[in-house]
Amino acid sequence: MATNGKSAVDNNLVVLQLSGGNDYLNTIVPYTNGFYNDFRTTVKINPEEVLPINDELGFRPGMEAIKRLWDEGKVAIIHGIGYPQPNRSHFRSMDIWHTALPDDVGTEGWLGRAIRDMDPKSENVLTGVNFGRGLPRALGCRGVPVASVGDLETYGLFPDIQDDFLRKFALDTFAKMYGGAQGKDSVMDFLGQTGTDALKGADILRTAPAMYESSIEYASDPMGQSLKSAAQVMFADLGTRVFYTQHGSFDTHAGELETHEKLWKEVDGAVGDFMDDVHEHGRGKETTLFLFSEFGRRIKDNGSGTDHGSGGIAIIIGDSVKGGMYGEYPSLKPEDHLDGDLHFNNDFRQTYTTLLEDWLHLDAPEIVNGNFDKFDFIKNGH
Amino acid sequence: MVSTQSDLQLKAHLFRRAAFGTTAHQLENMDSMPYEQIVDGFLDSDTSNGIDYDVLYRYCPDFSGGLGMSGAQSKFLYHMTVSETPLIEKMALFWHGVFATAYSKLTQGKILNNQIEMFRQLALGNMHDILMGISTDPAMMMWLDNDDNHKGAINENYGRELLELFSMGVGNYTEDDIKECARAFTGWTIRNKDYVRLKAQNDSLWPYGRMSFEFQYIADDHDDGEKCFLGEKGNFNGEDIVRIICKQEATGRFISRHLYSYFVADEPPVTKWPYEEPRDSKAIEALTKVYLESGYNIREVLKFLFNSDFFKASNIRNTKIKGPAELVTSILRVTGEITGPNPKIMQYTSQVNVMGQELINPPSVEGWHQGLEWIDTGTTVERVNFSSAQIGDSTKPGIKNIILRLMEFDCTEPGEFIDKCTDELGFVYLTDKSREELINHLSGQVADEFNVRDLDESDVSNILRLIASTPDYQRA
Repeated sequence: MATNGKSAVDNNLVVLQLSGGNDYLNTIVPYTNGFYNDFRTTVKINPEEVLPINDELGFRPGMEAIKRLWDEGKVAIIHGIGYPQPNRSHFRSMDIWHTALPDDVGTEGWLGRAIRDMDPKSENVLTGVNFGRGLPRALGCRGVPVASVGDLETYGLFPDIQDDFLRKFALDTFAKMYGGAQGKDSVMDFLGQTGTDALKGADILRTAPAMYESSIEYASDPMGQSLKSAAQVMFADLGTRVFYTQHGSFDTHAGELETHEKLWKEVDGAVGDFMDDVHEHGRGKETTLFLFSEFGRRIKDNGSGTDHGSGGIAIIIGDSVKGGMYGEYPSLKPEDHLDGDLHFNNDFRQTYTTLLEDWLHLDAPEIVNGNFDKFDFIKNGH
Repeated sequence: MVSTQSDLQLKAHLFRRAAFGTTAHQLENMDSMPYEQIVDGFLDSDTSNGIDYDVLYRYCPDFSGGLGMSGAQSKFLYHMTVSETPLIEKMALFWHGVFATAYSKLTQGKILNNQIEMFRQLALGNMHDILMGISTDPAMMMWLDNDDNHKGAINENYGRELLELFSMGVGNYTEDDIKECARAFTGWTIRNKDYVRLKAQNDSLWPYGRMSFEFQYIADDHDDGEKCFLGEKGNFNGEDIVRIICKQEATGRFISRHLYSYFVADEPPVTKWPYEEPRDSKAIEALTKVYLESGYNIREVLKFLFNSDFFKASNIRNTKIKGPAELVTSILRVTGEITGPNPKIMQYTSQVNVMGQELINPPSVEGWHQGLEWIDTGTTVERVNFSSAQIGDSTKPGIKNIILRLMEFDCTEPGEFIDKCTDELGFVYLTDKSREELINHLSGQVADEFNVRDLDESDVSNILRLIASTPDYQRA
């Protein structure tokens, strides 16, 4: 249900999941902090190369586009984000972020529920689109259709039929087989309806790349291509509101410096291109990006990389975002560590609540299984 | 003996349920076997599954190591695809769904490999052995925190799930029974638990594969006081609890309902069972009776099930939704592509994952919700695309064979040809509607009067592809 009278159907939320556990300390670097040098004997960023935010913190090199957006006041950084009794298993921690349920095993994703609230009658099968195969649990919710697009150009049924005529012929027959009354039982009716919806969604999505015109040239890496596809779908005005993408793997137990650099170059490049594209097409005010990871990494490095930690970072980007730092940068003093990790100081569900209520204009408590104080990172009236 | 069409359809139905489907050609090779003998063959424990493990582990070391998730998943899919004892694999998958234990918490493939192997060994055995098997299984103990279950400080997780999801079901025990059950299982733990647990959380790569966790019974940590469980009193240890559970009619009914849902017709998810009656109470009663009278023998229950009228009945045939592992496996058994260790198995495992079923990583201890819950717009696209691309691929040996057989069939009736195609693919059942549309498509494909002699390979593979894309093909 839409709250505060504002239509829930205008704003776009673009989620970038950084899978594997992004190293917080090497993303927003406490480059003048003595402890950083003490604990990061090998896996550290050279202070000369940091893009300074102030005289304590700076972005890692390679995050030039995000730094530019930060200077324009469009980047909110949530420091020390996490949840009580941190779990350092990828799967479990990611599940917790996806289902907003740290204490139990949830089966419904927060965004799946959000999509259900935005479109209770599933009138638009494309309200939520995942750019990648399979369905992240964040988007999973019984009865909520979500399209998972591996490759937008070839998305749809029978992508392996090369001949256009044969493909169309097969799709026609498919439509006839799945459409209308099945005449067997309710299971067949459900299969028919779902197939028809899938076909409809595919037909609609397929028009997006064809309609796309832009001066932006995205990089060819998967992150660039995912955000390009998201842009194509967004500008085709198909009614999609939630766009989900992933990049990884940030699980840098070894060889971190090279890997982390490469990954952030790709993320930063894609985010920069995407935001430029969004501005070129006049969608700046209604588009917000949300970058998160399932946990941060250990304060002390292991000589080549870092192992799983807990307290992490989230980044929110957009024209409607009140740029700035939220939460607190966790203390690096040994007595303040949480089992050798950065101590989280705010619950991720606060950030979710902010996005759900202030950005998507939905009621949050049922979606995130509780009441959580919001941050003030969305500009009023947006 | 020459099987009638009706015999063949019944046998195909048996293969779809007790195994992973079949083809007309495969059934021809056992034409002389009556139905009952085929059932006995499935249930025979002396048959080897035909897998040479030395060769398998040489090509796929991670199938043994289970470093991450994909090796253990692929090992399971590989077994389902090539095993010569498919019912054992189906039962391993069945028990895995009931005693659902997930990689997401354990972060180690090897112990899950070991758990699945235990299910294979005990698949058709005695319920007592099966429940003892899970009670001493390291993966299960860690999954349900029984290694945190101590004398004087019990952890009820395993005790609760044992009663709620693994044997009797809600409504057949009290909260006190749960506590007593938990007390009885104190001391049932993991050897070197703290060290090994740390290793499991730390996802670092090992050069030689993971260490296997081991079960250990620590007598000092066991609460050996008197307990009162399900109305019986005694100084019960875990095996006593298992003994008492097995003889309960509620256990028989619960397991029977699971078996019915898996082999006969989709029931609602387990969480709804206390509130919704089984669709065929008489069948459940009959199965429960066999369970009790045979001394909790699963083989006997299944023998009864596969030979029963309610299993053979036409109203439950072609009604179940194939789960992703089942769908992919049954297609691979038709295409004949996987005959030995093959890197493509990893790819097919990913396919099962994107269809919504992660082997060895079910979403929770409740296992997977079956039936229609496998179906949504995203999975439908994956399922239809996979099915049609595989079955329509004439380069696959099994498909090529089917096409050649079909092209030798003399026929000038499109409908007759469609029927022959569905038979070749394993006696796939089509509704009138699907059949009608396929006939229309076939008629539209040819210029003049239909004649098989005018068809080329690609015409035939096209029809096979379309059969595999029907909504009917998603069901078994």
